Amino acid sequence: MNNILLEMKNITKTFPGVKALDNVNLKVEKGEIHALVGENGAGKSTLMNVLSGIYPYGSYEGDIIFDGETCKFSHIKNSEDKGIVIIHQELALIPYMSIGENMFLGNERGAKAAIDWNETYGKADGLLRTVGLKESSRTLIKDIGVGKQQLVEIAKALAKNAKLLILDEPTASLNESDSKALLDLLLEFKKKGMTSIIISHKLNEISYVADKITVIRDGSTIETLDKKADDISEVRIIKGMVGRELSDRFPKRENKNIGDIKMEVSNWSVYHPLYTERKVVDNVSMNVRKGEVVGISGLMGAGRTELAMSIFGKSYGTNISGTLKLNGQEVKLNSVKDAIDKKLAYVTEDRKGNGLILSNPIKINTTLANLQGVSNNFIIDKDKEYQVAVEYKEKLKTKCPTVEQNVGNLSGGNQQKVLLSKWMFADPDILILDEPTRGIDVGAKYEIYCIINNLVAEGKSVIMISSELPEVLGMCDRIYIMNEGKIAGELSGEEASQELIMTYILKSGKGE
Amino acid sequence: MDSAKNILKKNTMVFVLILVTLFFTWMTGGKMLLPQNVNNLIAQNAYVFILAAGMLLCILTGGNIDLSVGSIVCFVGAIGGMLMVKGGWNIFAAILIMIIVGLAIGAWQGFWIAYVRIPPFIVTLAGMFVFRGLSNVVLEGMTIAPMPDNYLNLFNSYIPDVFGGNPAFNLTSMVIGILGCVIYVAVVIRGRLSRARKGYEMEKLSGVIVKCTVICFALLAFTFRLAQYKGIPTVLIWVGAVIAIYAYITSKTTIGRYFYAVGGNEKATKLSGINTNRVYFIAYINMAFLAAVAGMVTIARLNSANPTAGTNYEMDAIGSCFIGGASAYGGIGTIPGVVIGAILMGVINLGMSIMGVDANYQKVVKGLVLLAAVIFDVVSKREGNK
Repeated sequence: MNNILLEMKNITKTFPGVKALDNVNLKVEKGEIHALVGENGAGKSTLMNVLSGIYPYGSYEGDIIFDGETCKFSHIKNSEDKGIVIIHQELALIPYMSIGENMFLGNERGAKAAIDWNETYGKADGLLRTVGLKESSRTLIKDIGVGKQQLVEIAKALAKNAKLLILDEPTASLNESDSKALLDLLLEFKKKGMTSIIISHKLNEISYVADKITVIRDGSTIETLDKKADDISEVRIIKGMVGRELSDRFPKRENKNIGDIKMEVSNWSVYHPLYTERKVVDNVSMNVRKGEVVGISGLMGAGRTELAMSIFGKSYGTNISGTLKLNGQEVKLNSVKDAIDKKLAYVTEDRKGNGLILSNPIKINTTLANLQGVSNNFIIDKDKEYQVAVEYKEKLKTKCPTVEQNVGNLSGGNQQKVLLSKWMFADPDILILDEPTRGIDVGAKYEIYCIINNLVAEGKSVIMISSELPEVLGMCDRIYIMNEGKIAGELSGEEASQELIMTYILKSGKGE
Repeated sequence: MDSAKNILKKNTMVFVLILVTLFFTWMTGGKMLLPQNVNNLIAQNAYVFILAAGMLLCILTGGNIDLSVGSIVCFVGAIGGMLMVKGGWNIFAAILIMIIVGLAIGAWQGFWIAYVRIPPFIVTLAGMFVFRGLSNVVLEGMTIAPMPDNYLNLFNSYIPDVFGGNPAFNLTSMVIGILGCVIYVAVVIRGRLSRARKGYEMEKLSGVIVKCTVICFALLAFTFRLAQYKGIPTVLIWVGAVIAIYAYITSKTTIGRYFYAVGGNEKATKLSGINTNRVYFIAYINMAFLAAVAGMVTIARLNSANPTAGTNYEMDAIGSCFIGGASAYGGIGTIPGVVIGAILMGVINLGMSIMGVDANYQKVVKGLVLLAAVIFDVVSKREGNK
């Protein structure tokens, strides 16, 4: 009769100065997939942290009722014992341990002190089959791809006898086919009676799997949509998230002015830095024109980032061969500094790991790639530096109290803007943007798109690497499709469609 | 009041230093601040300031420390001692050789750390053994003394009183103190005026005035005490120069910024076109260079070169950095902070010595102070992030 597995009632959580959650209510029924959506900073992760006991009972107001009991978790272990298992966005696996060791970490099989390895690996193998992974549980984590690691995380959750599985952005780093497999796995689990909560920015995925969708905005629950009763199209969800209808998700570009070929790469091949016999980029030829946005589409691991980084002053790979022409002249870029001097910029996909110094203020990050621009003879003019940072903050509409703020305290979208500021201040002609909108919310995405349009309007060239097909289709004048290190095809913006791109990828895969 | 809390938070170590100094002054019945003791504070700890400036750069690159500096101090001192005392070399030629030896050692260690990426802990641990051993080899296990007089004049003497006269009060010292204050205030005012003219944001005037007053007062009181003893020790000039140069490098120059950037996020720094290998190399070659300078100061202070000199000097330098607010993870730390850290350690040492505390207990206290400083740093940062 009572089919509610979890009810969170009037949850209010305040941080010093900020009300992160304000009377949030969430009801999850047994055996459903419940999606939680909202812009970055809306409070989704905070809510999940309250639920899992990361913020202990007493640090928030409101009640959590799980399986008919009121719960007072003071530690993440308490919630896990009840069967609430959360899988975080950043994978928490240890690279140099095996899959089996990772799965039972903190939950070891065997007697008190001694681990029973046979039981560990036996159980692990069983669970790996359940999630459809054919690896041996003795394989090291570092040897399997991100997609498989995500599945290991799920298997790990199952090992803890999860009743409620919470997935925070499970597909953020997965490509389309791995994402699909993961979502199908969730549907499979649902048939067996598993309840899941999924947090995601990818609305198409949510429409695909979710039974109910709760929208959170600015720390409050806005509405809960039911698949059976309501319209759960992407447009409808976006309306709930941003409070208005985003009629056009991609800003229009007025009077396109595409000029001559700015950069041309021919017969470019790159080998893996460690496994030197592995060809990561295979004989790629491509070009970008002045004032043009060129997309590189493809699955994760297709060699796109590797291509971009090897062009950018050989910052990836060994044994790089091929020619690179800038403005028709052949150049050799042997270091990142050479590349910057030749007016190239590479805006990384991994803004926290490779892009920004999180513990430093915005102003220091803004000038890092072009410190000479704010200094005379190696002496930094701090006033000028401040001024530059403020100028870019205003230009890109970065939301922050001051440019003295540490970048680590900004939301993903604003961090991305700081990263863009840094590279725009380096004054490049060609910008390679690697997944420029990964993990940021719909509103901020739109702003990033506007920035890209402004850049090309100023006569710069943009190469955009993206795994999100709608974005590539919406933004690019021309699209290269990469697969397994090769260019699988080239389409003009007009003729391209999701189906066509996927066909190219699949076709080239079979050709092997 | 929020701002008062902020001031306290930003300058915690300054307040701790004041409190600790007052505490020892009280415990020693005022002996702590006698002119001779103030002088000793500088003379005994000169090497700490010099080494800590270099150590900060290593720590900035990512919490990396240099364990070999004590041994390098000893080795460079041994070579200098042999050349000057046994070899009868000209002191400037000997100083040049000592610097070259320091740079060579730095290049050796820096190469392995920066270009072959051997962990600094290992490379400098090896250096600690190697150079301690070599010092013994060079000195044949003996102590060499005394140093030439003109060498001592350079590092272990006092600035002569140009105004002559009163032997009880060194006027030159006082004049230098006053001059220092005037220059400091002038620089602050000029900075403010230029900021005002360009319309940039400025610190609160009241805060600046308080800061200026405190610094000028400390400087004047300090030089006054020195004047009452024998005047300004020559080693203070060397220490002052090292501090000033490194404070400038770390806060105002591009290479200084690179140390912070590498410690903050090495990959991002590399992808911003900065040669991170070179940054590591500079940190370690510079550390060994400063160790050589500290070696010169040390043999002058001891008036001898002996095979155990410099033992545990690296620990004093590392301790000063962490007490002075450098992050054990790199990327955070300033020269003024390190100077405060070094003075604090010096005051604790001196205070306990005057009180007659057993040397073993002194070590216990030093250790606990270091631990407390880092705990405080880590905890306060965690609170700040919440």
